[in-house]
Amino acid sequence: MGKVLVVTSGKGGVGKTTSTAALGAALARGGENVVVIDFDVGLRNLDLVMGAERRVVFDLINVVQGDAKLAQALIRDKRIDTLSLLPASQTRDKDALTTEGVDKVIAELKEKFDWVICDSPAGIERGALLAMRNADVAVVVTNPEVSSVRDSDRIIGMLDSKTLRAERGERIDKHLLVTRYDAGRAARNEMLKVEDVLEILSIPLLGIIPESEEVLKASNVGSPVTLNNPNSAPSRAYFDAAKRLRGEAVDVVIPLERTGFIGRLFGRRVA
Amino acid sequence: MTSSETKPLIRLRGRSIMALVLAPEIPLDGWLNALDAQMERSPNFFDARPVVVDLGAIPREQPGIARFLQLLEQRGIRIIGTEGAHPSWEGIEAWGRPLPVSAKPGREIEAPVAHPGKSVPQPEVAATGGESNTLIIDQPVRSGQSVVFERGDITVLGSVASGAEVMAGGSVHVYGTLRGRAIAGLSGHAGARIFCSKLQAELLAIDGVYQTADDMPAKVLGKPVQAWLDGEQMKISVLD
Repeated sequence: MGKVLVVTSGKGGVGKTTSTAALGAALARGGENVVVIDFDVGLRNLDLVMGAERRVVFDLINVVQGDAKLAQALIRDKRIDTLSLLPASQTRDKDALTTEGVDKVIAELKEKFDWVICDSPAGIERGALLAMRNADVAVVVTNPEVSSVRDSDRIIGMLDSKTLRAERGERIDKHLLVTRYDAGRAARNEMLKVEDVLEILSIPLLGIIPESEEVLKASNVGSPVTLNNPNSAPSRAYFDAAKRLRGEAVDVVIPLERTGFIGRLFGRRVA
Repeated sequence: MTSSETKPLIRLRGRSIMALVLAPEIPLDGWLNALDAQMERSPNFFDARPVVVDLGAIPREQPGIARFLQLLEQRGIRIIGTEGAHPSWEGIEAWGRPLPVSAKPGREIEAPVAHPGKSVPQPEVAATGGESNTLIIDQPVRSGQSVVFERGDITVLGSVASGAEVMAGGSVHVYGTLRGRAIAGLSGHAGARIFCSKLQAELLAIDGVYQTADDMPAKVLGKPVQAWLDGEQMKISVLD
């Protein structure tokens, strides 16, 4: 039986979809069978970040409503054959998803894959609740700023009360993934420090993803950053996070970009 | 010891009351007979208790609803409102504006041995409360959550997040950082206090007297404090 992981945040634009793709690809590169599901019906993005937008025929709604078989809707990644995508529909809205339908699809996917990763839409409404409903593990994506932290706190409360595990009286594993972290700005107090975020949210830290143009570059070419440039700073942070999800003990470090001698020289002068 | 200066007071109080909900069914005559039999078995059951009549199960074409409600009143039932009433029923407006049908149907109670004192709203988070009048929350209270305990104190072992609220009939104790709202003495208990190990609260209120973060003296922010009422004035002091 596979594990169901939801990538969620409350707030939009903090990096849920990027993190879903990057963690999914990192786990798949480690040899595990992974499916990533886009729950953002009506505003789908995961297919773009995965570079599969021209291969979408059927989507999650078609499967939930019984118009297509799961096998017809799953898109296997061309780069890693243990990675699949179940896209969202762009033309429908979130009301087309039913609780029973989602439960059935997730149950079927758990039979086939080691990891079922649900990319949650922003907000705390139905779409976000359906994405977290079946989760065993949650990755809460947070930027180091106050509004994102408060929204994440709200989502953690919902993970503890609105998921099937919570309804059965079980705990759901929650991990904090701090994204778009800029050590320089945090040191200058222009950003919350990771310790402050951890103190407020009080859930274990999964990783710190540094702010990097590599993330944007990878999105623009339709590739998870962990595949596009596996040696970049954000990729190394995502690979470490994936190892921690598998239960390995890896120290949390904030990876820095490797720059040449000239870059270091100028970097030092500017800073 | 630090205290804030005197300001005109505006008292706001939340109050929730327990009302019994009677849900008549058709045929109304038969239902009234059953009610009479019930009232004979426990004659004082409806004494001084507010009652809401849920008319949701009555078909729209049923005549004589106003008369039926009068019959209930004649039996000494104090009707404070109706819900699920159809506006086209003749004479229904005399019973006041119908309440919207509440989302939560309420708990079934056993008529002859009712304990109306047990009407504490359930907090959203899992909580353990013993026989003593303290509700202990052994996890953080998250943004958007509201913990209400009218019968006594609330003790929170974690933090109370920004956008969360803790409301107690008695005192509020927060062993983590208080970032949200804490309301003590909910139902008029001026002796209630608020304690926290780090004050970053958005709002403190005791027995209707409140202070927002802007009103709090800078000296107490971020410190372990207690807040209490001195007459009509809220005082906040650092615990050391």
